[in-house]
Amino acid sequence: MRFSRAVAVATLAFAVAACTEEKKEAPKPAAAAAPAPAPAPDKIIIGHVGSMTGEQATFGVSTDNAIKLAIAEQNKKGGIKGKQIELKTLDDQGKPEEAAVAATRLITQDKITLLLGEVASSRSLAMAPIADANKVPMISPTSTNPRVTKDGANTRPFVFRVCFIDPFQGTVMAKFATEKKIKNVAILKDVGNDYSVGLADFFQKKFVELGGKIVAEQSYKDGDQDFKAQLTAIKGKKPDAIYVPGYYGAVALIGRQAKELGLKVPLMGGDGWDSAKLFEVAKGALDGSYFSNHYTDEDPSPVVQEFIAKYKAAYGSVPDALAVLGYDAANVAFDAMSRAKDLSGPEIAAALAATKDFKAVSGVINIDADHNAVKSAVVLGIEKNKAKYAATVNP
Amino acid sequence: MKPLIALRSVAPLLLTGILVALVQGSLPDYWYFVLVVAGINIILAVSLNIVNGFTGQFSIGHAGFMAVGAYTAAKIVMSTRGLVSTGAGEQLVFLGALAAGMVTAAIAGFLVGMPSLRLRGDYLAIVTLGFNEIIRVIIENSEFLGQATGISGLPKLTTLAYVGMAAAITVMVAVRLLQSTHGRALLAIREDEVAAEAMGVDTTGYKVRAFVIAAALAGLAGGLLVFYLQLCTPKSFTFIKSIEVVAMIVLGGLGSVSGAFLTAAVLTILLETLRGFSEYRMVVYSLLLIFFMLGRPAGLFGTREIWDLLPRWRRKAAAGGAP
Repeated sequence: MRFSRAVAVATLAFAVAACTEEKKEAPKPAAAAAPAPAPAPDKIIIGHVGSMTGEQATFGVSTDNAIKLAIAEQNKKGGIKGKQIELKTLDDQGKPEEAAVAATRLITQDKITLLLGEVASSRSLAMAPIADANKVPMISPTSTNPRVTKDGANTRPFVFRVCFIDPFQGTVMAKFATEKKIKNVAILKDVGNDYSVGLADFFQKKFVELGGKIVAEQSYKDGDQDFKAQLTAIKGKKPDAIYVPGYYGAVALIGRQAKELGLKVPLMGGDGWDSAKLFEVAKGALDGSYFSNHYTDEDPSPVVQEFIAKYKAAYGSVPDALAVLGYDAANVAFDAMSRAKDLSGPEIAAALAATKDFKAVSGVINIDADHNAVKSAVVLGIEKNKAKYAATVNP
Repeated sequence: MKPLIALRSVAPLLLTGILVALVQGSLPDYWYFVLVVAGINIILAVSLNIVNGFTGQFSIGHAGFMAVGAYTAAKIVMSTRGLVSTGAGEQLVFLGALAAGMVTAAIAGFLVGMPSLRLRGDYLAIVTLGFNEIIRVIIENSEFLGQATGISGLPKLTTLAYVGMAAAITVMVAVRLLQSTHGRALLAIREDEVAAEAMGVDTTGYKVRAFVIAAALAGLAGGLLVFYLQLCTPKSFTFIKSIEVVAMIVLGGLGSVSGAFLTAAVLTILLETLRGFSEYRMVVYSLLLIFFMLGRPAGLFGTREIWDLLPRWRRKAAAGGAP
């Protein structure tokens, strides 16, 4: 009885303390919010919301590493308009609500000038209305779903991205497959994932338009370990290739199980394949397969090679596409901020929308009217458990 | 005496409404958001407590009912968009949509509860777990419901005042239920189902009714959540969400309304204050859960309520309702 009372009192006290703490903080931001939000005079704070933990943790960590690298470089060059840049990263555990809370916290508590993130479209969709409502520009490095920068039929004024969108990536692979004289394709998609479903839909549309045939359509769910039933069904239809637009974890297992079943056709996929983990798990089972991506580390251009060298020196590994796009997102942001008249949200957004021929690591970036980046995609082939450049497909 | 009783049932609602209306203007956006999430978690925890705590059944599919309510409300508001002007009309549609969400969630609760609650034991846990997954898979495969991306572009209609009042209603429903004949029957079922049945309690009927009430309230919470996030996605209603709610009520004490209320509020706010620790946040959270479960296996409050701990005069006054 005594203990329970003590615990109850302690809990209450904590709740009261939490409440009073809120009250104390309340007047400050309210007072500051009335005039135009004035960031700290000597530094610029940039926020990043990423999945630092959870199932897609490598995505968040890669992006964050690259952003840190970009900021360190920019600060060495003297920052922007004489101000140093500071990064604040918050974890969202891969959940949409958490991403929304984190974005709100960065924007209203930390008074960030610009928001970077999220990698996944479902989380970016939860953050976009918040960025818009608070007039803080947001750049998503890799959210490829078309709806991220859209609010119904209108373009969200403060939301941008530095990657191509799903329709383009789906058509890239369809074009490439047609060039490779592949006629019959089976599709194996992750139904629980908007990215995978979107890519599969756009691939199918373009591929059929180009004269190809979809012979089978199978699906799996995130977290599945056994794909043999679907693969056996696909094998019966004798396709020339299988389109698997999923994330690396499932794809590696699918590759291995296809090999075990004696299914010797190439697999094709999208940028969700791009992770060192893919090769670690696949152990050569994916040789002969292709996937579309944002960049290749074999690109001889100095921008790319310089970035790879810097990233390797800092983190000891070759950067994946997420790192590249995180780096590009940060640099596009810096470019726009130095061109903008002042560092208010609308001015930066206007400068971002006017981004033209920006030489980024993942290619030359132009922002179109829908705030999407227009640029070419590369197709990588897998040989001896390594990704090798195969072709470039232009928009 | 009569007007006093009437006042007693409206007073908490009015009080919360006024209090929240006063506070919500001066709150910074971020704490506003945190309080909305806390309020929604309170609704979820207190409603699940009716099934898991009062009745002693084990439901682990609360997020499934949230999803049913949320998608119903979202679909209704989106399909009437353009028909009604913004402002009062929109608010009215929103409230209607929330009510419709509660109804569909209640129907889903009835359909799930009716067959599985006739049985004793762990069947309900298995069925609700399955239901949660089925709902998610249906949404992910249905083009009408927006598949995995869900429904985006919802108007921001949920306010802290709505959430606060919904939480107050939920708490009132739970407390009143507990003190009614119905509640006694539920407690009897929890303590000994065979004995309850021998005493003439229609166990299945009572269990199903408790389950339906909890499902309806979960549907309300779901509707409120998606209209704050402006996004209705199946990723918000996973099995993990259900387990989070179960963790809240187990920690608070199964059967204690105040326990469910306080742990839901405190855990939400605690997780927010820990956000600065990024990767270590979940470690701290889990350690706290383990620590509390070892220290208080029956939960913080056990089956007691906060007013049981008040001075004696208050307890005597309440004795008419709860001995």
